[in-house]
Formats: sequence, C-alpha cells, structure tokens
Amino acid sequence: MLISFCLNGELKKLNISPNRRVTDLLREDFGLTGTKEGCGTGECGACTILADGEPRLSCLMLAAQLEGKKIVTIEGLSDGQKLHPVQQAFIDYGAVQCGFCSPGMILSAAAFLRQTPEPSRDQIRESISGNLCRCTGYQKIVDALEAAAKIMQEE
Amino acid sequence: MSKYSFIGTEAPRPDAPEKVAGKAVYIQDLVRPGMIYGKIRYSEYAHARIKHIDTTKAEKLPGVNAVITGYDTPEIRIGFIKDNFALKKGKVRQYRDEVAAVAATDPDIAEEAAELIRVEYEEIPGVFSPENALKADAPLVHEEDMRGRPKTDNLVPVPWKFTAGDVEKARQEAAYIAEDHFETPMVQQSCMGTAGCIAEFDLQNNLLIHTKTQIPFLAQNDFNKALVAMGLKGKNTRVVIPTLGGSFGTGLDTHGYEYIAILLAYKTGKPVKIVLNREEEFSFQSPRQSSKTHIIQGCDKDGKLTFRDVRMTLDNGAYTSWGATTPSVMMLPISSIYRVPNIFYETRIVYTNNNYCQAMRGYGNPQAAWALESNLDQLAETAGIDPYELRMINRNIPDDITEMGLMISSCGMKECLEAVADKLDWKEKRRRRPAARGQESEESSESKARGVGMASLFHVGGSGRVYRSDGTGIIMKLDDFGNVGVITGGVEMGQGFDSALVLASAEALGVTPDRVTIISGDTVICPWDVGTHASRGAFTSCNAAIMAAEKVREKLFRMASEHFIPRIQFKLKQRKKKEPALNHTELEIQNIGYVKCEPSDFDMRKNRIFLKEKPDDPFLSLSLEEVLREAHYKEQGTMIVAEAFYDPCNEMLNAKTCRGNLSAAYIFGVQGAEVEVDTETGKVKILQFAAAHDVGRVINQQTIRGQIYGGIFQGVGYALCEEYKTEKGKNLNPNFLDYKILSAPDADFPIHIELIETNDEAGPFGAKGVGEPGLVPTAPAIANAIYDAVGVRIRDLPITPEKVMAAIQKKSGK
Ligand code: FES
Ligand code: FES
Repeated sequence: MLISFCLNGELKKLNISPNRRVTDLLREDFGLTGTKEGCGTGECGACTILADGEPRLSCLMLAAQLEGKKIVTIEGLSDGQKLHPVQQAFIDYGAVQCGFCSPGMILSAAAFLRQTPEPSRDQIRESISGNLCRCTGYQKIVDALEAAAKIMQEE
Repeated sequence: MSKYSFIGTEAPRPDAPEKVAGKAVYIQDLVRPGMIYGKIRYSEYAHARIKHIDTTKAEKLPGVNAVITGYDTPEIRIGFIKDNFALKKGKVRQYRDEVAAVAATDPDIAEEAAELIRVEYEEIPGVFSPENALKADAPLVHEEDMRGRPKTDNLVPVPWKFTAGDVEKARQEAAYIAEDHFETPMVQQSCMGTAGCIAEFDLQNNLLIHTKTQIPFLAQNDFNKALVAMGLKGKNTRVVIPTLGGSFGTGLDTHGYEYIAILLAYKTGKPVKIVLNREEEFSFQSPRQSSKTHIIQGCDKDGKLTFRDVRMTLDNGAYTSWGATTPSVMMLPISSIYRVPNIFYETRIVYTNNNYCQAMRGYGNPQAAWALESNLDQLAETAGIDPYELRMINRNIPDDITEMGLMISSCGMKECLEAVADKLDWKEKRRRRPAARGQESEESSESKARGVGMASLFHVGGSGRVYRSDGTGIIMKLDDFGNVGVITGGVEMGQGFDSALVLASAEALGVTPDRVTIISGDTVICPWDVGTHASRGAFTSCNAAIMAAEKVREKLFRMASEHFIPRIQFKLKQRKKKEPALNHTELEIQNIGYVKCEPSDFDMRKNRIFLKEKPDDPFLSLSLEEVLREAHYKEQGTMIVAEAFYDPCNEMLNAKTCRGNLSAAYIFGVQGAEVEVDTETGKVKILQFAAAHDVGRVINQQTIRGQIYGGIFQGVGYALCEEYKTEKGKNLNPNFLDYKILSAPDADFPIHIELIETNDEAGPFGAKGVGEPGLVPTAPAIANAIYDAVGVRIRDLPITPEKVMAAIQKKSGK
C-alpha cells in the first residue's frame, strides 16, 4: 500500500507492505538504526519513537499506522548539530552507560518534559517506566531529566 | 587541591554523544556487504537421543543458502573443558542445545526454514537439580569425559577446596556458633542489547568476525582452533567488537551461535549475521549459576571470628563455561573477608540438564556474600553483639596477609563501615527497633515495621590472575596536531572503561582529555589483553597507559631538548619584529645557559611543554604540536609511538592448595539498607540505601558512581525479584514481563554513595577496580534489614512478598 508520513521533518511517500513492523522499516529501509530493538514485544521501550509528539513503541506498530503521522526518531530529535536538551543532559549527567536504552529513554522523556515543564522526581520516574535500563540504576537518568526540565523551561 | 588535573574530576564519557544521538553501531545495526542471516534450531528436549534430522524441506525453501547440522559439519569443541560442541550429534543435554542451523537471504526466511527442519528424538530421563544429579542411579549428563573415558557421576571435574587451620577444633572451642543453609537462584544478565555476531571469510579463508565479546584475544584463539577443526590450519581470525549493549559477563566465553555463524559463512561464502531475539537471549544464553550453601561460622566470647566452614553446590547445567572458575573468586571472601584463622571451603559443581551457566558480574561473589553476610548477622545475634560491632571487631586491616595468601595492601573497610553506619543513623535506629531481638518495635504502626541492615564485600581490586597472563597492552600514538590515539586491548561495554582510560592517559601524559581518542576492539590493530573481566579493565589499562605515557614523554622531551630552544628563539625573534618594544629578561637566551637543554629539564602539562625550572614563564613554553611538527617535518624525522605491556604483580592460585595472591589489590565495601516491611502483605520497601566503597582513588566521579548505582540496582533486583525460572530444564520466563528487572519507578529511594580513597600503591593513581562490586553485598544487606524489621530470616533469593509473608506467619504461629 502507498503511505505518506513525515519522518524527521521530511515528507515520505512509499509503497510498502502494510504489515511491515515500523522498527524494521525505520532501521532497514531508512537506515535509522538509532531506534533499537530490545525485545520486539513491547516490554523494554528501546524502540520508542514519537508519533505526533507521543511516545510509541515502534516494535508494536505496523507501517499502515504511520499514515499521515509526524514521526520523530532519535536521529531527528536534535535540531541539526545541536543536541536536544535531554540528549545534552544525558551526556552531562552521566545518564548513559552501554547506551542501548538511551534513544528510547530520551524520546520518552523529551515528550514528557514538553508536556510537564516542572516535573517531580516521581513523575520523571513514571514517565520512563516503560523504558528498561540494565546499566544505570536510573539515578543519573532522573538527575539528567531534572536538569533538562530546567533547561527546557529556560529556552 | 588535588595534585591531579583530571583524575578525580566529573568528566563526561567520550562515548556518550554518539550513543545519545543514536549513532553508535551495535551488532544489531551492523550491515556487511552481501550479508545473509543465520537462524539456529535448538533442542526440543532437555535430554534426548537424536534419532534423525531431516533438513530437506528447509533446503528447498526459496531464499535458503545453507542448512547445517552436527552430522555434516566438522566437530568443533567449545567451552572451558571442551565438553560442548558447536552443533550437537548423538544426544542433546539441554534445551539450549544447537541441533541445526540455516542461512537465508532474509531473517524471516531463515526463521521459517529453521522451523521446517524435522528432528526425531528419543527422550531420556534428565536431572534438573544438583541433589538429584548426585544420586547413585542418576542418569548421566555426559557418559564420557572430554578424553572419551567413561564417566561415572555428574560431577564437573573442576573441584575447589581450601582449608586453613583446624576448623573442627575451633568449632569445639567457639563461644558462639551460627549455622544455616542459603540458596540463590539462576538469574540472567539481561543485557539490553542481545547477543550476536557477523562472520565472514576473505578470499584467503581468513575469518573476520564482528561479535559481542569481552575477550577479543581469547576469542581469536578459540576461533582459530575452530578454523583448524574446519581444515583451515594456519588461517587467522580477526575479531572486531561493535558497541556493546551491556555484557555483564556474557562475553567471557565464546558461544555456539558464533561458531555456527562461522560454519555458515564458510559454507555460503557470504557474511552471516546471527542476532538473538529476546526470547532466545533468555532461553539459549547462560544465566548465573544457582547455588546452595551450608555455612557455619563461630566466634569467641569477645566476638572474634574463630572459624568458618562453607560447603557449596553449584548447578553447572549441561556444559562447562568459564563460570566453573567462579569458586576461585568466591574463595576470596570465604577465606578472607574479616580476619578468620580456621577455614574450610569446598564447592562441587554438578552437571544437570538445565541450560549451562556462565559468569555474571561479581563472578560468584554475590552467591558467597549472600551466605556469608546473612550468616554473620545470625552469629551476631547468637553472640549478643550488634552486627555493626561484630563486623568492626573482625574487619580487614591494611597491610595484612590472609590465610589464602592474599596480600592486602590498602583497606578502607573500617571507614566504609563507619560511613554506612553514620548514613543510616545505625546506632539510634537499632536501639529504637529491637524487633529482631524478640521485642515489639516501638515505632512500627500496626502493619508496617522498619529495620536497618548492612553487609560487606571483599573482591579483587587489582585484576585477578585466572589465566597465566594477566596482562594488557597499550599503544600510544601522537599525531602532528598533538592528538593522542590510545590503542587498547580492553573493551568498553558500558562500564566507562574508555572514560577512565582517557583521563588516565591525559593525566599521565600531560595533555587535555579532549586530545585523547581510544581505539579498541580489533585484534589486528590493538595490543593483546587477556580480557575485560574481574573489574580489571581500568586498573590494568590505566597502569599500562601510565607506562606508555612515560615512554612518550621521554621521546618527546628528547625531541624538545633538540628543538625547544631554537624554536623559542625563532618565535621570540618573530615577535620582537612585530613588537619592537617587547622586553623580557629571558630574551637573550644564549646568555642564560639554556642553549642546550637536557630531556630531564622538561615537563608537559595541558598540551604545553615547558622548562621545569620556569613553569610559569609565558615565553618559555611550546605547544605539544609545535614540538611534534618540528620532529616530523624534517629529514630523518621521527614520530612518536610507544607501547607498554602491564602485567600486575599477582599470582595464580596454587592448583593444590588454592593459595596465592590472586590480585594486586583488594577492594572493600559496605552497603546498608533501611527497609519497611508490610506485615500484612510481606512487601518490602527500601526507604534508603547507603553504599561506602573503598575504590582506592576515584578516576572519574561520574562513571564510578554510575557503576555503583547500576550495581546496587542489579543487586536489589537479585535480592527482591529476579529469578530465571525453569521446569525440567525449560526456561519459563523468557521475557521482561515474566522476568522482572527493575524499572525507574522502583528506584524511588535515596542512595547515598560514599567513595573512600585509600590510594593503593599498585593502582593507577591509587585506583582499584570497581566494575563488579556494586551488586555483591546488596542482597544480604536488605535481608539483614528485613530481619531487623520483622525478625524473619529469608534464606533463599529472591525475597518475594510470598516468602516474607510465609515466614512472618510461621514465626507468629509459634
Ligand atoms: S523493542 Fe519495542 S518494546 Fe522492546
Ligand atoms: S545504559 Fe545500558 S541499558 Fe541503559
């Protein structure tokens, strides 16, 4: 089927099997391998993308569901050369270890912080509850997101 | 102020920007030209004879390039004692057994083809626990040993035993004794990035394999042996490591899927990629061994430990990985945590038809600490001594040699104990809540009871000589612009290795960290290293970096002695032309005795080379790159490359006595928890957690805390919820819904981390290894706090609400 959607700011029109998983479409057809697959069954959040600003698990989405949507992947989150405040805070606060969970975590958090400018630490933890991380123990991720919230408010 | 410019600072990791931008390339992301996809067909039984394998349907499926089985490929033996095979023939011994494999143009076709393979089995009875496996009439997992001699029992021929003093006598003389059984379950490393590799051959039949490993050079050795088995004697393997999505010990062995990719690549002439999905990662990779421990400890009337008797049984599963050597590390705390004169320790490792096990972060130490530290609290209670006091009385001390021959140099155990007691307000809280001593707690409401508990750790902190070499190589190479390539055999797997090495290299050389780039993970380019394990990465590589930096500085300063003064004079002349008024006492350098400088006259800091005697003179310094260019751009020029190989001053254990100074330094730590137990549901809530670790010296504040936080969280998961469940050898929870690892909302309690700097003489800048210990004492600290709160002792992990509830009911029923 023919679908059209906006991917990281560019309009895409393509003929595609409607059953193709969005994770595969992004990773294989568009080479956007920043979208990770940690489980393929909706349990880890590594494959998170933004669809119309909302975090969605791309491993549970089929290509047909992209129709008309604005899709942002980790590669499209930064504005050109400048990293998104959440990405920058992840670097500055040591929220990254192996990094496999980071793209999904960052996208979930970026969407949340846009809607919740002054979050509590509990709210922050809840916002990334669907993104598993085995390395960090989440402490520095929450620190980073607290800092990013402040920076996003100032901007 | 610190004497260091970069050591001990809070520095961002060099690998972070790529990772947050989604640009880091993990094995999942890597594509090779002409690549096809492999899929493995695993066993359908835990124990069965293979009667027949029919691959015809799979072969006929369009898009299939190759189908292989153990019957049509060369036999490749793998594993620590070579009791495993890449593809199985004759019989299967676990569900994880690889029976056949396919390669196809697309992952879906490969999967379909793997399912089309028909395997006929004849099931045979299996054994699924060490106790049953050790019964006289138990079915044998292996009928023959590696040499083809008949086996008569299910014991893995890797026994571990350590004795010191006279335990029996000490036992009779002890004033107080505590004895109990403790158990730990299998748990899974749960790397977020699953395992995988891409194997390919060049036209000369040399192998290139991109793979997820912690041991590039040992893997090269393993794969080269496989090449020999495949008739490719004399051919070589190049191991290249992509970004690792966590490893936690999974990469300490080579795995069946790697050999299968190699066989498929050889057969098809194409790069073959095998990446496990999450279910495969759970079901067909190796968890941490489960353990059963019988322990007795005793002390004299003053609380001084007099003996310790520990007998442990480990479930090996069907084959033997390097995990069979974890008792060598368990032996460290068992023989040497606290000062104990009389020790008996024995571990049996038993074959079963469960999936074979492997090392995981902590290398046996979490299992040992669970029994040691839980039992120590029992002893404290029997002796009527506060658990903190008992630990303090028996604590390890600096400059001590333990019964096992471990030469403790730096030791901050006392400071760690004090720090945790202080953070938890230990004395006050223990006084107010004597629930564990059979009285009602003063402050508990009807259904909630609070308690505090602590536990200590002892681990290798200066690498560990498990192989004959414990070495690591570093090459340092400077370019024209003063950038430094540090080429290492170590592996970044998320722990922060690169960041530590950047700071150590920069500090040792005298450049800023932004000048340093780490190159790793390629056996052709990188110098040899025994592997990134035993918390040794930063310890060994930073030591090697210091040695290499010394050589670089020597060469640089030799160059400087030749080029420095002429260059300074030249620059001053140029400047004087522009600024005729310029005046400086040193301008007439000829007159002041610096016409010729000796290499030893120079120093370098933050990319500037200067004269030691005049460190602050703005005229008498040159940038590193100026000196380098002088040296490069001339006839008969030279370039600066230095290598160093660091092998710590430690020993392999004596094979008979198990004595020897295994590590060049030892790391200590204490963790404590305050918990609240809901006596109506059994639910345990952690209110606060304190961790004090003797790290020798902090290299990077940011990454070291990251390691400890992460470790504690894995430890909390081990304590409260993680369990790799099996039924007759089959994994029942191969997904994150049923295998619970902690998520962010679980991290709702404050963690205080105290880093104790004891400045070990063997450590780079005094630092000791810190990678693993974060999770070692976490579970017993929590269990001890639960006991303090409600007076029930949980002996088998994980501490689920059901177990706590049952124990509370049993206690109140009495
Ligand atoms: S890959 Fe989509 S949730 Fe795990
Ligand atoms: S950083 Fe490794 S899983 Fe989160």
